[in-house]
Amino acid sequence: MKAAVVVFPGSNCDRDLAVALHDITGTAPAMIWHRDTDLPDGLDLIALPGGFSYGDYLRSGAMSARSPVMRAVVDAARAGRAVLGVCNGFQVLTEAGLLPGALMRNAGLDFVCRDVALRVENSQTAFSARYDAGETIRIPVAHHDGNYTADDSTLDRLDGDGRVVFRYAEPVNGSARDIAGIVNDAGNVLGLMPHPERLIDDALGGSDGRRLFEGLVAALG
Amino acid sequence: MKARVTVTLKTGVLDPQGRAIEHALAGLGFGGVEGVRQGKLIELDLADGTSTADVEAMCRQLLANPVIENYRIELA
Repeated sequence: MKAAVVVFPGSNCDRDLAVALHDITGTAPAMIWHRDTDLPDGLDLIALPGGFSYGDYLRSGAMSARSPVMRAVVDAARAGRAVLGVCNGFQVLTEAGLLPGALMRNAGLDFVCRDVALRVENSQTAFSARYDAGETIRIPVAHHDGNYTADDSTLDRLDGDGRVVFRYAEPVNGSARDIAGIVNDAGNVLGLMPHPERLIDDALGGSDGRRLFEGLVAALG
Repeated sequence: MKARVTVTLKTGVLDPQGRAIEHALAGLGFGGVEGVRQGKLIELDLADGTSTADVEAMCRQLLANPVIENYRIELA
């Protein structure tokens, strides 16, 4: 699997994501600067990392979503390429219009930084194929703006079409219907607030995040 | 010329920051505050001849997120 990690000014989980991808795919991902206008040929996966790109100015992810590289990412996503956005990456994907809804300030106003229980709602996506539907896993979150918001018809559509892939199994941030991660209509773009790349090795406290990447390797080669 | 863009959360979108301000005002002893909504004010210095349509496009493409926000433009 050939992967790339996009680096925005203020990304701070780009190396974590690169280490996870290198470890699990066996190949170091390409690191793509946000000002690049082209992506390398033959990519299977584009990953948008966590962090505080542009200092969360205007809205979290708003500036990054308009950076030059995102035009290429949007084109690649529309052409069916797998795109994974973690935390700030999820915020960028909503701001770029690749995923519906928006991520607002946590309902409790606090920055939430801890392991949380997640329920796997749909194991039929490339991102979740190595989990069992209904399984509860533990993945860390670290965010201030993870409160997922969308209108009721969008939420109904996400639920009805099985596009809610991960749901918080405990109160975390006020997210509508406890949504932690969703895919687009075609199923090739996943945004999720928790950080699977931070839990890929038992030496780091657990490996529940590892299977997300293993599923991608199985699906994408 | 200048434009002032006021960005506000749409009705029905929960505003936890506005809620916190409301509680803080109550804590300071201000009674009668029945709701607080927080927004943004963005001031633009524009070349003469910039049209309202141009500023509308700026709002739609960047300044406001139409999923959760409304905007109001005042040209001066």
